[in-house]
Amino acid sequence: MNDLTPTREQRTAALEGMGCKRKRVEDIRFTQGRGNYVDDVKLPGMLHGDFVRSPHPHARVKKIDDSEALKVPGVLAVITAETLKTVNLAWMPTLAGDVQMVLADGKVLFQNQEVAFVVATDRYAADDGINKVVVEYEPLPVLVDPFKAMDPDAPVLREDLVGKMSGAHGPRKHDNHIFEWTVGDKELTDAAFNKAEVTIKEMISYHRTHPSPLETCQCVCSFDKIKGELTIYGTFQAPHVIRTVVALIAKLPEHKIHVIAPDIGGGFGNKVGAYPGYICAAVASIVTGKPVKWVEDRIENLTATSFARDYHMTTEVAATKDGKVTGLRVHVLADHGAFDACADPSKWPAGFFNIVTGSYDFPTAHLAVDGVYTNKAPGGVAYRCSFRVTEAAYCIERAMDILAQKLDMDPAELRLKNFIKPEQFPYHSALGWEYDSGDYHTAMRKMMETTGYAALRKEQAEKRAAFARGETRDIMGLGISFFTEIVGAGPSKNCDILGIAMFDSCEIRMHPTGAGIARVGSKSQGQGHETTWAQIIATEIGIPADNIMVEEGNTDTAPYGLGTYGSRSTPVAGAAIAMAARKIKAKAQMIAAYKLEVHEDDLEFDIDGFRVKGLPEKFMSMKDICWAAYNSVPPGMEPGLEAVSYYDPPNMTYPFGAYLCVMDIDVDTGVYKVRRFYALDDCGTRINPMIIEGQVHGGLTEAFAIAMGQEIRYDEVGNVVTGSFMDFFMPTAVETPHWETDFTVTPSPHHPIGAKGVGESPNVGGVPAFSNAVNDAFSFLGSTHIQMPHDFWRNWKAAKDLGAVA
Amino acid sequence: MAKTHVTMKVNGAEVEGLVEPRTLLVHFIRENLQMTGTHIGCETTHCGACTVDIDGMSVKSCTMFAVQAQGSDIITVEGMANADGTLSALQEGFRMMHGLQCGFCTPGMIVRAHRLLKENPLPSEPEIRMGISGNICRCTGYQNIVKAIQYASAKINGVEFQEAAE
Ligand code: FES
Ligand code: FES
Repeated sequence: MNDLTPTREQRTAALEGMGCKRKRVEDIRFTQGRGNYVDDVKLPGMLHGDFVRSPHPHARVKKIDDSEALKVPGVLAVITAETLKTVNLAWMPTLAGDVQMVLADGKVLFQNQEVAFVVATDRYAADDGINKVVVEYEPLPVLVDPFKAMDPDAPVLREDLVGKMSGAHGPRKHDNHIFEWTVGDKELTDAAFNKAEVTIKEMISYHRTHPSPLETCQCVCSFDKIKGELTIYGTFQAPHVIRTVVALIAKLPEHKIHVIAPDIGGGFGNKVGAYPGYICAAVASIVTGKPVKWVEDRIENLTATSFARDYHMTTEVAATKDGKVTGLRVHVLADHGAFDACADPSKWPAGFFNIVTGSYDFPTAHLAVDGVYTNKAPGGVAYRCSFRVTEAAYCIERAMDILAQKLDMDPAELRLKNFIKPEQFPYHSALGWEYDSGDYHTAMRKMMETTGYAALRKEQAEKRAAFARGETRDIMGLGISFFTEIVGAGPSKNCDILGIAMFDSCEIRMHPTGAGIARVGSKSQGQGHETTWAQIIATEIGIPADNIMVEEGNTDTAPYGLGTYGSRSTPVAGAAIAMAARKIKAKAQMIAAYKLEVHEDDLEFDIDGFRVKGLPEKFMSMKDICWAAYNSVPPGMEPGLEAVSYYDPPNMTYPFGAYLCVMDIDVDTGVYKVRRFYALDDCGTRINPMIIEGQVHGGLTEAFAIAMGQEIRYDEVGNVVTGSFMDFFMPTAVETPHWETDFTVTPSPHHPIGAKGVGESPNVGGVPAFSNAVNDAFSFLGSTHIQMPHDFWRNWKAAKDLGAVA
Repeated sequence: MAKTHVTMKVNGAEVEGLVEPRTLLVHFIRENLQMTGTHIGCETTHCGACTVDIDGMSVKSCTMFAVQAQGSDIITVEGMANADGTLSALQEGFRMMHGLQCGFCTPGMIVRAHRLLKENPLPSEPEIRMGISGNICRCTGYQNIVKAIQYASAKINGVEFQEAAE
């Protein structure tokens, strides 16, 4: 070997494989304004659709008069529920086993509900048209408070369900009741409470909020009458599922539907579901024979597409005097709005909320969730979380703090005492999950050491004394959160959407010159898949990541996959990619053995090719193997080098983390300052540390918004009062705190590369850390729990209610 | 509706078009000029995705009419690369510092940061944060956007950029 022979390190670095902070390939187009988002799609003759929406939260629709609208220049059609009935599309199935009106059929059930769809030659004409549609309403009594939904005299919302005593998930107790879901051992849990030395009980609410990605939901539908083919460009987190749903409800053959999700400007769960806009644009295209674009505006996005959370969790913990938890009992009242359009795997009416035992070894637990209808926008979505795990993490992390307060124990000590121990993994939780791996104590201790936790507590004690002496008006809070996520939905044994198992897929095609393309069933909305997927392949097969192009989002070319949400891409699609790459590698090994004239077993993989064991100079690079695959394969072997893998994960993955928020609050104004925020994440094997850090920053910022001010709020008569970015808190660079990130690595034992997924962890873990900091700040004044969001006014109000402000 | 003839300079080139008086500038740029880098995130002047540079000022093009831009000199994200087509210091900074994820806010951020650095070539972190506070990013948490702007600022001014320790 001479000096020009690259070293192992140089060869490894040239691949830019896993563990490398590879710069994103997407950025070259995005920084130049050359992305291709749905609103950038323009087709010849394209029309524009816009909605007439209801000003009333609950009203009978007496009459819709479109005659004046049709006279507006440029307006071509007005579609109503009556029009949709002729094609059997007035109602559509939801992902949660319910049905939803596409356009108001007889009555409206929430403010801004879609009533009619106006189709015109441009968006201005469409807007003129909607202003001319005259709708006559007869207002009906409005139900806003979910706690009153099942009162005997509550107005009946869903007339289509009257008299139906059973729903998609079992018996219904009331006309406004959707489902009851219970899990766990009630008797054992009740017994634990009966003999408990200490118990706590608190109603912990997680308010209604909204994912609101910067790009709203939109689509362009184009029906080709001659070919009978429908092409849909849309902001879809799961394009293949949309194709199947369209095939099922529009009764078009699935191969004649082409769904394309181009670049997407953020999803966060908002773009999983199917919305009336998609259906109306498709119908309008079929009716007019022209492409139809529907672009939602921000007010529509905030008020009519899927909300998130709205869980009211009555939480009880039983424990011994010295702080060992012995039982957990949670009852949730879930406000689902007008239609149960939650995006959850079919069997989980309340998502994976039964991860509510969190990171702790609860010997027994019992959970009941009641879902109810109200006059609010339907949903909800798993907003930057895996199907209600965010609510679960908030519930248990608040509860642990409340218990610590009652026991007069340090919340960190209480957690350390109750964590599932490393040797207990795989761990079977009382509510039915099998946690794959974890080392919680190490993560927690690393967090405590790095942040100087003990010193911070000392400082807090001094501050409190100074406050008592009247020397300061500032109070200080330390918010700990330790969370366990459940992501990677999921195994076909328990996860499906509309009966389709939640696998994911990858197809890799290597070309003769050693470059290739990978097509994947996931769909990036900013997570950087084009960059990281190539890194997995680079490490697995030894071809530089730059030589692998990644393509997603075209249902004609990508293998069937269930898409990107619930942090499932890395745990599921990432595994499919590794498995497809391993198939490529296995064939490559046979080719290399033939070319090097040895038995396959005499070869070993060495970074970017195969080497004969013991004979280092007998080596064939993967690049050369690609060439050979197309001209000199072993006799009897098919030429070519490509592979497809469909990966059905054996289990979920369970990333975890330890967060700490240090906050100061001025009691006289309620103004808070996040002095420090430290986030330690363990997501198993790290594919691209730069991207992981970016995901953590983004997730923490969304958590900060939710905990500290962001809320979808309705007044008592059902008006949405937070319908724009004016009233819906969107943190800017000024409010957003500085983030400190850290990590430990506990690989998943069942994932091919040990990766667990991270995108949602910071939102799941962040919200309780902020809320615990606020609650911890106020706790010495005698409060146990203050509801989110903790904006300045609510902080001031809390201080006042607790007597700290005159 | 009667249409009005407008002319303006966009990224150095004279352009013209017929627009309704109510046509928003952002729609004129995106639809008439077919430059889709300028995005729409809110239509109410809150998010900054539609930011363009007009006669040396950062302007949200979703709440300005195309006719109001008559005769003006506009720069959009398409005009941000170097003359030879390579990424400008700012664009490079966003890539190097991972200052974007979905990329939807990015054009507006870059156009805004461009003006910020013209006004204040070596801004401090608080000055950067204040300077981009009219632009919302939903994905990045801003920290890396701040770093991206610091990177560009250092490069443009020929000073050494030091990534702040975490
Ligand atoms: S689209 Fe102009 S500021 Fe949001
Ligand atoms: S990168 Fe997605 S909004 Fe900024």
